[in-house]
Amino acid sequence: VLQSASGSPGTFSGAGGEGCVHVTYLLETYFVLFINNQWQDAESGKTFPTINPATGEVICQVAEADENDVNKAVKAASDAFRLGSPWRRMDASHRGLLLNRLADAIERDAAYLAELETLDNGKPYAVAYSVDLPNVVKCLRYYAGWADKWEGKTIPIDGDYFCYTRHEPVGVCGQIIPWNFPLLMQAWKLGPALATGNTVVMKVAEQTPLTALYVASLIKEVGFPEGVVNILPGMGPTAGAAIARHMDVDKVAFTGSTEVGHLIQQASGSSNLKRVTLELGGKSPNIVLSDANMEDAVEQSHFALFFNQGQCCCAGSRTYVQADIYDEFVERSVERAKRRVVGDPFDMKTEQGPQVDQEQFNKILGYISSGKREGAKLMCGGGVAADRGYFIQPTVFGDVQDNMTIAREEIFGPVMQIFKFKTLEEVLTRANDSKYGLAAAVFTKDIDKANYVSSGLRAGTVWINCYDVFGAQAPFGGYKASGVGRELGQYGLENYTEVKTVFTCCLHEAPSDVITR
Amino acid sequence: LYSPFQPIKSIHSLILLLFVWTIFINNEWHVSVSGKVFPVYNPATGEQICEVQEADKADVDKAVQAARLAFSLGSVWRRMDASERGKLLAKLADLVERDSVYLATIESLNSGKPFLPTLFVDLQGTIKTLRYFAGYADKIHGTSIPMDGEYLTFTRYEPIGVCGQIIPWNFPLMMAAWKLAPALACGNTVVLKPSEETPLTCLYVAALVKEAGFPPGVVNILPGFGPTAGAAIASHMGIDKVAFTGSTEVGKLIQEAAGRSNLKRVTLEMGGKNPNIIFADADLDLAVEQAHQGVFFNAGQCCTAGSRIYVEEPIYDEFVRRSVERAKRRIVGSPFDPTTEQGPQISREHQNRVLEYIQSGIQEGAKLECGGKALGLKGFFIEPTVFSDVRDDMRIAKEEIFGPVQQIMKFKTVEEAIERANNSDYGLTAAVFTTDINKAMTVSTAMQAGTVWVNCFNALSTQCPFGGYKMSGNGRELGESGLKEYLEIKTITMKTVTKNS
Repeated sequence: VLQSASGSPGTFSGAGGEGCVHVTYLLETYFVLFINNQWQDAESGKTFPTINPATGEVICQVAEADENDVNKAVKAASDAFRLGSPWRRMDASHRGLLLNRLADAIERDAAYLAELETLDNGKPYAVAYSVDLPNVVKCLRYYAGWADKWEGKTIPIDGDYFCYTRHEPVGVCGQIIPWNFPLLMQAWKLGPALATGNTVVMKVAEQTPLTALYVASLIKEVGFPEGVVNILPGMGPTAGAAIARHMDVDKVAFTGSTEVGHLIQQASGSSNLKRVTLELGGKSPNIVLSDANMEDAVEQSHFALFFNQGQCCCAGSRTYVQADIYDEFVERSVERAKRRVVGDPFDMKTEQGPQVDQEQFNKILGYISSGKREGAKLMCGGGVAADRGYFIQPTVFGDVQDNMTIAREEIFGPVMQIFKFKTLEEVLTRANDSKYGLAAAVFTKDIDKANYVSSGLRAGTVWINCYDVFGAQAPFGGYKASGVGRELGQYGLENYTEVKTVFTCCLHEAPSDVITR
Repeated sequence: LYSPFQPIKSIHSLILLLFVWTIFINNEWHVSVSGKVFPVYNPATGEQICEVQEADKADVDKAVQAARLAFSLGSVWRRMDASERGKLLAKLADLVERDSVYLATIESLNSGKPFLPTLFVDLQGTIKTLRYFAGYADKIHGTSIPMDGEYLTFTRYEPIGVCGQIIPWNFPLMMAAWKLAPALACGNTVVLKPSEETPLTCLYVAALVKEAGFPPGVVNILPGFGPTAGAAIASHMGIDKVAFTGSTEVGKLIQEAAGRSNLKRVTLEMGGKNPNIIFADADLDLAVEQAHQGVFFNAGQCCTAGSRIYVEEPIYDEFVRRSVERAKRRIVGSPFDPTTEQGPQISREHQNRVLEYIQSGIQEGAKLECGGKALGLKGFFIEPTVFSDVRDDMRIAKEEIFGPVQQIMKFKTVEEAIERANNSDYGLTAAVFTTDINKAMTVSTAMQAGTVWVNCFNALSTQCPFGGYKMSGNGRELGESGLKEYLEIKTITMKTVTKNS
């Protein structure tokens, strides 16, 4: 176990932990491209290393997909989507059955997948196993249930016509997923796309390709027809861009930074106007009113920021605390942050693992510097937490002003900003004063204040007296530059559906007094 | 061991060894309060299979008490995640699938349905229905509403409460699934009475309900008779809703009982005298075969049976000729013979009723083309029977026979066909055979029937709502519509300080 944020950097012990021993046996097999239910090297033969962020060491080499490989995958997905294909002719309920079988297989291999996820991403194993994996399974099961229930309508149109809508799949869907919740993000994308009958070309994050590729083997095992799911490890500017501008990809779904989100949307416009959905960054306000339960608010606010090493798009990274409880709140938050256990992700006591890679590590340290420079008050942490791997001390800034860099830009690390406010109207204005609008929270016992704030916040998800509560049943997504469209819930199906309206002329054979419309 | 080609004798003893046929309350097996039992028969031989505990009013009271407790605020069942309810239903589906050969065997033995169709149609329908509603459990959405005034308003779709369910003998397992699945998906608790003719598979499913992990009291199964246990359910003050599938005659009694007791919500799936309209431009081979299966499937014991076949004049003679030839080819025999198409009727009483209808047809002047008599020395078999030149005012044209008896009528115009087809107090299904898109649209929109088939018959699937117009029923089962009947809508309106669109 590493030292906590209050001490000085010490030696690192137990990097990788015992879990590594089981993992190395299987590492030989699957880390190439998955196209048409077959495993293949990249056409260029190139590979890239994937790193264990707890140690900085290379885990293995992974095939690197580029434009040519994207072309192959898109062709496979198009073929699997052609009229009369096994996938197009399959009962909708059978698509649901396949998704349920995939959920069962993932549940069966959950321990292995959690180990692999922790090895590649750095998140604590206890969390990967008890949070990420169960939610992956639930998401797939949820969408399995929707497959044969996504109904069109019959419509009472004017005139002698029979009118109805069909909910058809969009076609070939490009899906580009991030590294912060590799397995979960894969499930959020595959679930609705496959339930509605689409085919998929998925590019996984270069930082964390391993678990998605293992799931590909399960996709083949449970019986999805070839070409329905294709998985490509590769880089954004090459493979990702190739997907975004491909003329035969009908829709692209991207989760990642707002910066890249802009590029995806532009690429769609300059290619074939493929439908675009985006889940991007956030700088989510977490508003604590003076009548909140203090102990609960402190713990939840801590969790809101620090969960997953601070690497959540919806992290509560602007904590607004009402003036009369501000001092106590800050003191308690600092004390809690100092107690946060940073260490080997395979140690069950660890709360916080490493950041995902060197680039993030450097960026976060840069933000911490800017905070100090611009006059925020560093209350604890602020430095590196170990001498190898990408560990950063849980850091708390007090007396943050709205115009500071750390107040406006997404840090994506274990750095908490605490602000003071006086009135509800003031905090609502300040909370909404952001280009982002992904999530928000309010802590209060008062029913009127809760309703006022939650209806006034411009955010896709609002939590009241809780944080980071998710369910496969509930839609999630951003206002403004935090995103376009919603994932999860029934709403999540809409992004993967084309609505076709059919009109049939009714020339009635019988006089109209026998017929009613 | 579970090979379908085993002689019946060894399956018989297997059942006796493996199971105790008692009442299922609170995940426990109970003998009847009265001590009474009743016999259950194999209709292919007329022999008794075993005896089953007979539930009466006192047992219904016990079951309702258990179901009510399981539904109380704060109970395990009420506090369970909706997705978890779905998971339990999916597990039950898996268990039915695991034991499907055994279940099909008992179903065949007890109901006389041919084994292979039972395995491939009944069991699959049962499993798919359970899986379909398992998927719906966490997708039952209320709404948030832009109400006038400064309010936060939303609806919750809550379970109704304790649901009484009374099911028939013609598709015992599948009817159990059609009832249990939506009720449980919505979070209700259930008191279910299977038919006294066919309680066995339902009781086996009770064991699977317990194995799947449903909390005690959520599902209670009471084998017994209609006038005693069934009536007790329909008039019980502690039951919030009753769902009944069976004859229109009894359906009326259920509705009366609900009105006299506590105004429990009522849904009914009852009889039919379903018109099947064949136009001259139809694919004749398809029409003949579908019309044949449409009336003879399950030995004619389907509420959906196409028992009034209206054939357009130009093809009438040919249609009758081919239908008779097909009926003569229909293989009637032991349910466990893989070549059998038609098994026995469910009971002696029912067999006599059908024979009596056949006699009335002959007496009223219909032309008996083939069949018409009982078949064999043991069991309750009837020859596939075809009547032509049937007039709409004959008893065989108006009343539900529920046996292997086909009525063929002649018509001239579309208007005539529509009018005659709709001229019935029933309205469960209808069918039209034509290659002309306009005839298909005209007739199907004009039918007063809950399900209309175009160029097919008996095409049912768990995603599609099913139910009757007029005296064929109230409410719909299956599909999203099936959920409605098991929910109460609660509107919650909360005052807010100010409105924000």
